[in-house]
Amino acid sequence: MTTPVTTGRRRLLAVPAVLALALTAACSNSSSDGGSGGGGGSAAALTGDCAKYQAYAGHSGTKVSMYASILSPESDSLEKSWAEFTSCTGIKIVYEGSNDFESQLPVRVAGGNAPDLAIIPQPGLLAQMVKSGKVVKPPQQTVENEGKWSPVWKEYGSVNGTFYAAPMSANMKSLVWYSPKAFKAAGYEVPKTWADLVALSDKIARAGGETKPWCGGIGSGTATGWPATDWLEEVVLGSYGGDVYDQWVSHKVKFSDEKITTAMQTVAGWMQNPAWVNGGIGDVKTIATTTFQDAGAPILSNKCAMLQQASFYRAQWPKGTSIGPDGDVFAFQLPAVNPQVHSPVEGGGEFLAAFSDRPEVQAVQNYLSSSEWASSRVKVSPGWVSANQGVDKSLYTDPIDKLSAEALTDPSATFRFDASDLMPAAVGAGAEWKALTAWFAEGQSIQKTASDIDAAWPQ
Amino acid sequence: MPTDPRLAGPALHLADSLWQDAAIKFGNTAGAVLGFLGVLLAVFFAAGRATGRFSRPLAVVLMLGPAALLLVVGLVVPLLRTVYLSFYDADAAKFVGGRNYGWAATSSQIHGVLLNTLLWLVVAPIAATGLGLLLALLVDRMRGQAVYKSLIFMPMAVSLVAASLIFKLLYESRGPGQNQVGLLSQLAVAVGWDDPPNWILSQPLNNFLLMSAMVWVQTGFAMVVLSAAIKAIPDEITEAARLDGASGVRLFLHVTVPMIRTTLVVVLTTIMIITLKAFDIVRTMTGGNFGTQVLANEMYSQSFEQYNTGRGSALAVILFLAVAPLVVYNIALLRKERATR
Repeated sequence: MTTPVTTGRRRLLAVPAVLALALTAACSNSSSDGGSGGGGGSAAALTGDCAKYQAYAGHSGTKVSMYASILSPESDSLEKSWAEFTSCTGIKIVYEGSNDFESQLPVRVAGGNAPDLAIIPQPGLLAQMVKSGKVVKPPQQTVENEGKWSPVWKEYGSVNGTFYAAPMSANMKSLVWYSPKAFKAAGYEVPKTWADLVALSDKIARAGGETKPWCGGIGSGTATGWPATDWLEEVVLGSYGGDVYDQWVSHKVKFSDEKITTAMQTVAGWMQNPAWVNGGIGDVKTIATTTFQDAGAPILSNKCAMLQQASFYRAQWPKGTSIGPDGDVFAFQLPAVNPQVHSPVEGGGEFLAAFSDRPEVQAVQNYLSSSEWASSRVKVSPGWVSANQGVDKSLYTDPIDKLSAEALTDPSATFRFDASDLMPAAVGAGAEWKALTAWFAEGQSIQKTASDIDAAWPQ
Repeated sequence: MPTDPRLAGPALHLADSLWQDAAIKFGNTAGAVLGFLGVLLAVFFAAGRATGRFSRPLAVVLMLGPAALLLVVGLVVPLLRTVYLSFYDADAAKFVGGRNYGWAATSSQIHGVLLNTLLWLVVAPIAATGLGLLLALLVDRMRGQAVYKSLIFMPMAVSLVAASLIFKLLYESRGPGQNQVGLLSQLAVAVGWDDPPNWILSQPLNNFLLMSAMVWVQTGFAMVVLSAAIKAIPDEITEAARLDGASGVRLFLHVTVPMIRTTLVVVLTTIMIITLKAFDIVRTMTGGNFGTQVLANEMYSQSFEQYNTGRGSALAVILFLAVAPLVVYNIALLRKERATR
């Protein structure tokens, strides 16, 4: 009986052996391929065009890994913006973009597989990462470069008073998209104050016809509800100014506080007003089921006049839509609810956090925090704005970028970061989205909506 | 390696890091596979040379060892760690006892989630199995049944996310005076219902609308398995029943169903397990809003969106405890069936 068993076992052995051979061959091929792609490029003599990169020299042949949520084609522009830096300094930035970035970064950091650099769009996630103890403080030069942004940005890149991550880009959320052509045809003026905005909305609603003043959509998969948090944030900032806004973010002013519930009433009078919304789509409740991407489409068919959405909404317009002061669509800055608040600007941004203090990583950090890099990125393609004062505004070719850059760099503006990105994730990426969605979709009362959110605040 | 000329130039330069990244990943994977095979090779070689008293125990250890090791690393350790984490706070830093379970038991939000999950557990599997059985009976008597069967089975090949997207478009709704873009709303308008509701917002109807996607996908599976079971009923039994005067409904209820009972239960429990774990449908169609949240999606949201590993783990443990009896029952039945055949 023993013989068949042994032959059986021998035969079993042969299979992995053949497989192993085949894999060895495949593997050696691939590694030599990767090697030839990564090697070379050790020109460290920084002369001519490269002279301006002298400060970052001396790390030729090194690699810096970077992880972010930015995907192609935006990431292609990003890589193009530092191509010259790479070819001059020999520091290679190995970029990896993922749409699971927010959930994968904590996993990778906890698993000891942190990238050298990460572009983090939410200060809340930055705080989460700092808590892990793996985030490294930026070098002195980066701290100095950061000084060209308005002071409030430094707070957003800081955790418990320690500065960790320099801002890379900024975007503006307090915009109202409209059709200059339609406005001109109907004789409407771009409103300068909240009272003008209300009067214009009433006028459009009363004119009857196919056009309603507003359209909106808060659908966004599992993030459904975020555009509604923006509406509330803009009204809070525009009604009470930065101080109350900051206290609200830190929960010293609760959602059930009279100030916030009053702001919610203002939002209800605006985006839940059956006579004003939801042009071209349906009733108030359809705001909850319409994706934010689709929300602005009725503007092009003249079924709705205005949409409150961020600067990045420019990417949602169909190809061939002309964007500009005389075009098919353009945007104006949402006026302050309370005229006492000067130019409230709610926005977002991205921060560069480091998980390593190797010299080449710090060189990249220094370069990406400089106004030279910001200018380089602006030149590559539109749809990207920096709030760095050192960037020449004439570089912006796109009217929306220019509008955003002017508002974001205006020193007298009341700039505040998106509150839901600053609040704890249990609120800013959980309860607030859910409760505001229920407020729109199910007609849930303001009191219940506010107390549901307060209840979710971590103790 | 030969290089594609189209990839040369700036395109190659831009995609450089991508290539390199892919190369690293491939290298890592190949290395891991090679290492694994190498170890196996060495171990089997050693085992092949072993003789005498130790050869049998050694063979047992070697054959069971890798599977057991993988089970421990991939299943037992994560399970224990999840249970452990469920007794800690959001950052897994402080022991909080049963507070996460207390939260799950008392939060009205989680009550709604549990209720929805129970609803899914009861309705979706019964609907899918029932429909599958009906179709199995009907299709069995048709000519060209292979064609119909493949057509009905086809949704099984569609991922749940894709199925959800399709159903989401079906339920799309526009207000009165606008052109309807969703099939369901348009059908409603066609039969004279001028202002159909916003389907996905209509509670509790929306839960059943979501389940339809699951039923659509799983019915084919139920049909194919049940159809095979019906075909396996010996002709003598059916003939004997017919001679005794049974036909139609009676034949079905008293002969067919008892004969395929075990298969029926296995199909039902299998779909139940899939249902309990299915979070893709809810995630894709409503993101858990409008009163449609289920346990699996809430667990993901707590762990990976709100970064509360404690609560997420507690929900995972609850889900595990709910699935475990079904799995055990399912395996026991399968064993019994195998024993009788």
